[in-house]
Amino acid sequence: MRDFEYEAPDSLERAIAILSEMNGRARPLAGGTDLIDHVRTGRLTPDLIVDIKKIPDLNRLEHTSDGLHLGAAVPCYRIYEDPAIRRDFAALVDACSIIGGIQVQNRASVGGNLCTSGPAADSAPALIALNAICVLTGPDGTREVPVHEFFTGPGQNVLNRGELLVEIRLPAPAPHSGSHYRRFIPRNEMDIAVVGVGAAVTLEEDGQTIRSARIGLGAVAPIPLLAVEASELLAGKPASDATFSEAAQAARKIVTPIDDMRGTVEFRIHVTGVLVERVLRQAVARARGEDAPQH
Amino acid sequence: MTQKRVVTATINGEEQALLCQPRQTLLEVLRDVLGMTGTKEGCSNGNCGACTVLLNGRPVDSCLVLAVECDAADIETIEGVADGNHLAPLQEAFLENAALQCGICTPGFIMSAKALLAQKPDPSEEDIRFSLAGNLCRCTGYDKIVRAVQDAAARQRAAAE
Repeated sequence: MRDFEYEAPDSLERAIAILSEMNGRARPLAGGTDLIDHVRTGRLTPDLIVDIKKIPDLNRLEHTSDGLHLGAAVPCYRIYEDPAIRRDFAALVDACSIIGGIQVQNRASVGGNLCTSGPAADSAPALIALNAICVLTGPDGTREVPVHEFFTGPGQNVLNRGELLVEIRLPAPAPHSGSHYRRFIPRNEMDIAVVGVGAAVTLEEDGQTIRSARIGLGAVAPIPLLAVEASELLAGKPASDATFSEAAQAARKIVTPIDDMRGTVEFRIHVTGVLVERVLRQAVARARGEDAPQH
Repeated sequence: MTQKRVVTATINGEEQALLCQPRQTLLEVLRDVLGMTGTKEGCSNGNCGACTVLLNGRPVDSCLVLAVECDAADIETIEGVADGNHLAPLQEAFLENAALQCGICTPGFIMSAKALLAQKPDPSEEDIRFSLAGNLCRCTGYDKIVRAVQDAAARQRAAAE
């Protein structure tokens, strides 16, 4: 691997100062499961690696009255082992349980998954569905960007030089809410999504009518998408297969997938709709308290 | 070249001070600096799990960990599994169930399985397959490996009674 220097600051201020001074020649390290591979293959050529795992803000996992504060360096296993996250943000648990194998989940963070900005990143559709917000801090201060506006292209995002993703904030779910993330892959584990769909649903008190819903789509466009029309048309409708099918049709209309060895354009468009229906069905079941994440 | 750094870590129960460069992975330092070649290099990109070690009790791919990250860490490798000349029940179960051929993947499988059995003494077949998904074997196939882990779990439970 190429030569680089290593620093592990223990404060956010220091990390931002180092990243700014290095003017693009430094890369932050959380779990390293993407970064170390990218440095080894020469895709990234940093002179300095800044280990951000010793910064308390980036390791925060805290439930407050307004929701979840998830530090950007928190590894997947801490997320799926947290009972309150399993209860309130099941789609995120689904995603974190299938990012790589156990070895990767013990290191990889959701913040890193977002910052690598792969179109097929498993956490993205789940976070989009859960209405999550990225909190970014840089030399000019802090700003908030919704996850569905964070990505700008394959491997690209809105982070400016010297700016760091500090935490992901998820609003507390309303009563009678449920969420789910699922992807299609040809294997059972350890693969990249051919299509990934996340959905979060809030039902009316009757448990039959959808009050609101959000659907996130992955691997079917240059960036993960919020399916606006498919999400909005669900409001006020009965939670039925006919309704889910309508949302699936709307979602199929906005995807622009590529042809590659994992699937053709036609196949990905078809699977988008199939997954939207299945994921909505499961999210509704969870909103009714009929199901919970397994692993 | 960047300056070497001293990293102090506990490896298989023994505290060691290592001299390493930031660019060296934990895998490189284990094999090339410490001469602990039980941990194998497979794909070097986190797909195969041959280099699995336990970092603070959890399986990780040591090819995707920088050695400098391991200051004050507790590391367990395949060299620490047997008790002197006595194989651990998990190792015996792999041998007796013929769960290996070339053996390159075996240290990784054993470390992943060890972590699973520490957490779940009576895992289901699905638990085992799910936990070992990050370890690839290209010779034997997985059925014998799964049976070996089930056998090891039974031995460990019997020993605990």
